[in-house]
Amino acid sequence: MSRRVVVTGLGAVTPLGVGAGALGERWLAGASGIEDGEGAARDFVPEDHLSRKEIRRADRFCQLALVAGSEAVAHAGWADELPLSGERVACIVGSGVGGLGIFEAQHDVLRERGPKVLSPLGIPMLMANAAAAAIAMRHGLRGPAYATVSACAAGAQAVGDAVRLIQVGDVDAAVAGGAEATLTPYARGCFAAMQALSPSGISRPFDARRDGFVMGEGAGVLVLEAAEVAAARQAPVLAEIAGFGSTADAFHLTAPEPTGEAAARAMTLALADADAEPADVAWVSAHGTSTPLNDAAETQAIERALGAVAAEVPVSSLKGSIGHLLGAAGSVQAVATILALRAGRVAPTVGLEEPDPELGLDYVPGEARKLAVRGRRALALSNSFGFGGHNVCLALAVDA
Amino acid sequence: MSATATPAEIEARVIEAIESFGPAAPVTREASFQELDIDSLDLVELAQVAEEDYGVELKAEDLKDLKSVGGAVDLIVARAAA
Repeated sequence: MSRRVVVTGLGAVTPLGVGAGALGERWLAGASGIEDGEGAARDFVPEDHLSRKEIRRADRFCQLALVAGSEAVAHAGWADELPLSGERVACIVGSGVGGLGIFEAQHDVLRERGPKVLSPLGIPMLMANAAAAAIAMRHGLRGPAYATVSACAAGAQAVGDAVRLIQVGDVDAAVAGGAEATLTPYARGCFAAMQALSPSGISRPFDARRDGFVMGEGAGVLVLEAAEVAAARQAPVLAEIAGFGSTADAFHLTAPEPTGEAAARAMTLALADADAEPADVAWVSAHGTSTPLNDAAETQAIERALGAVAAEVPVSSLKGSIGHLLGAAGSVQAVATILALRAGRVAPTVGLEEPDPELGLDYVPGEARKLAVRGRRALALSNSFGFGGHNVCLALAVDA
Repeated sequence: MSATATPAEIEARVIEAIESFGPAAPVTREASFQELDIDSLDLVELAQVAEEDYGVELKAEDLKDLKSVGGAVDLIVARAAA
């Protein structure tokens, strides 16, 4: 039996506010953080949380990660002193692209003024591992530290990788999550050119009128510990990362494989890892991007993975409330899903009003509802899929 | 610009640049880079200011020996006059 990995700290900066609490409470209340067709982290004021030097040396995605990371570390009771050697703590923070904002700004400098005046910070702020490095530096985490880069599965991938590092014994704890800040002209233009962005600017996953995703930004970070390490210091356990599955479509650069076979396999692997059956699943916290293709393929995947019980399991998407946070999406979704499980609630798919007759599951329109625990504990599957055909599923469990 | 900059102007510009880097303490001529938490990346940016504003090129070997605001000012003033 492999080592159990529990969650002892949560942190998030999202379009619903600064802090994991704002994310969880406002999602359950059916709030939306989307304005003018984008999910910006509008309440985030870097100067409130970071020194001038930290701000100058961190692209926005890294600033968001630092603040979410500090919240999670404080939540775990690690703020004053690490409860274990920093050498035994990993720091894995995913991102789709890293510091796109600094890259675009410096590219303007290059074209307008030439290469000699480019900033020496141009590369260290751009690199996708900048957030993992910054969080490791701030908290003295000296185990493995790196970024996972699997597009919109990156944040969930980071959490899953961290679980595995703890399970094999390379470390005893980890700070893991994802961060993204690409509300920039380049990203807007390119996503629009792909016809992936919603021209209506409305995120409504699983709705018949869905026409693309709404871009968001933010960060979600979790503190993970081997169960025995958390127990030894009597740390409050928030949840268990009970299972992790990671697969690839090997099909197309951007389109999901339409039968959902590989995405379903990620869910099945996560369930098996959690030693659970489809009948134990109380909720699917879906990737649900609000694109026509994703929501159809994900529905296929859920039906394939859960089989006969699929129609009984509520399926909701956080993206109706905050948009698509890309490389941060999976970890923010893990944070929000854990908070809803702890509240004993299934959060709604905000924006879903007209059911798509082609999609046959229960997508939780309207309001949050009471969570119906189906096994010995509240178990949710949290899906994240990325361009490139990356599929990640986390099985999240909370004792009922 | 290098033809007209006085030592006082160069000092003011260097202090302004270092202040923009988010130093850990007030920037004075006497302040050491250690107490200001000004590191090698900051000094590379300072070198860019020196080059752009005064045409003074500072290489890595020049920067590694700089220990204080005054030291940087004196080096740039000397090179600008050369």
